[in-house]
Amino acid sequence: MATTATVGNEKSLWRGGMAPFKASYGKLMMWFFLVSDAFTFSGLLITYAFLRWSAPAYNGDPADFVFSTEYWPIPEKVYEAFPGFHGVELPLVFVGLMTFILIMSSVTMVLAVEAGHRMDKKNVVKWMLWTIIGGICFLSCQAWEWSHFITGTDTATVADVFVNGQWNENYKIFGAGLTFNQYGPPAFAALFFFITGFHGFHVFSGVVINIIIFFNSANGMYEKRGHYEMIEKTGLYWHFVDLVWVFVFTFFYLI
Amino acid sequence: MEQATTIHVQPADRKKILGIWKVALYMFLITAVEYVFAFTMDAGMIRSVIFVTLTIVKAFYIVSEFMHLGHEIKGLMYSIILPMIFIIWLIVALVNLEGAAIKDARGIVDYEPTGTEKVEPGH
Repeated sequence: MATTATVGNEKSLWRGGMAPFKASYGKLMMWFFLVSDAFTFSGLLITYAFLRWSAPAYNGDPADFVFSTEYWPIPEKVYEAFPGFHGVELPLVFVGLMTFILIMSSVTMVLAVEAGHRMDKKNVVKWMLWTIIGGICFLSCQAWEWSHFITGTDTATVADVFVNGQWNENYKIFGAGLTFNQYGPPAFAALFFFITGFHGFHVFSGVVINIIIFFNSANGMYEKRGHYEMIEKTGLYWHFVDLVWVFVFTFFYLI
Repeated sequence: MEQATTIHVQPADRKKILGIWKVALYMFLITAVEYVFAFTMDAGMIRSVIFVTLTIVKAFYIVSEFMHLGHEIKGLMYSIILPMIFIIWLIVALVNLEGAAIKDARGIVDYEPTGTEKVEPGH
């Protein structure tokens, strides 16, 4: 008992004999990294907001809305597909499921951190596994959403576009590419790919880190070390990914 | 000697775990409220403000409870929160103010479907 207390004390002090903000070095650096990462995501969301609100809006009745490259689409008309329900309009249901999965995996991460505080290896391993499963589920959902977004709907949007260096009038656009898309102005799909892609990449790296931490704790590495601070640090990163999704969800899918 | 090597697994604090699930429940309820607004209210400035407000409430729960920042000391809290407050202000400002100003300056007009009559004010 006494040994763990002294080890904890030594760890909490930095080399200069002080612990700024009463936080350990690793945790504080993780916080500062997250702030800088938040700036990056803010830059993307600012770009999105700026481009969207300077683009022509659709002013008609939402019930009569059709896709056109001339104006920005209504989000719930774009994201209304659900795997296995072809042709059924289910606006925002799938993205709701994705939000649910990510928040759930954040909760299991908190439970893993909590178990770590109690030196409860069995529960740390269990909750880390659930967190990893949640992350993989989210990534799979995103893969499906992307493939649907790229393939497109049954009805094409007709517009004049450049294809392979040739000007095509009344070209039938299906789905989305990097140059044009059936849903709206080119910037719409470009921003979708970039912002959800950048977030998805964060989720992916989070899952990889979680898997490493999972094996480390299962092998008893943190038990030997005397504390489970590593779980807390990766936990911070994982919650940040969830936090970013909350903002992406609002700005991209709701507004 | 034996005491130094055995690991003491402390029993779970039921209250603490219930607290975690309670925060999770709040997050789901807020998201559900967002969906209610998304389906019952027409798009516009007021709806956007409601969405952003609810998002910030959710962000507060994640940062303060899940990320434990609410239980850190004040100095750490402010050095994280203050820069982010200014950034969120910037995002919100660009959404409806700057974007609209640029749109106006460039002469970009909204799409009006044929058949919709729009009476200009003052006519």
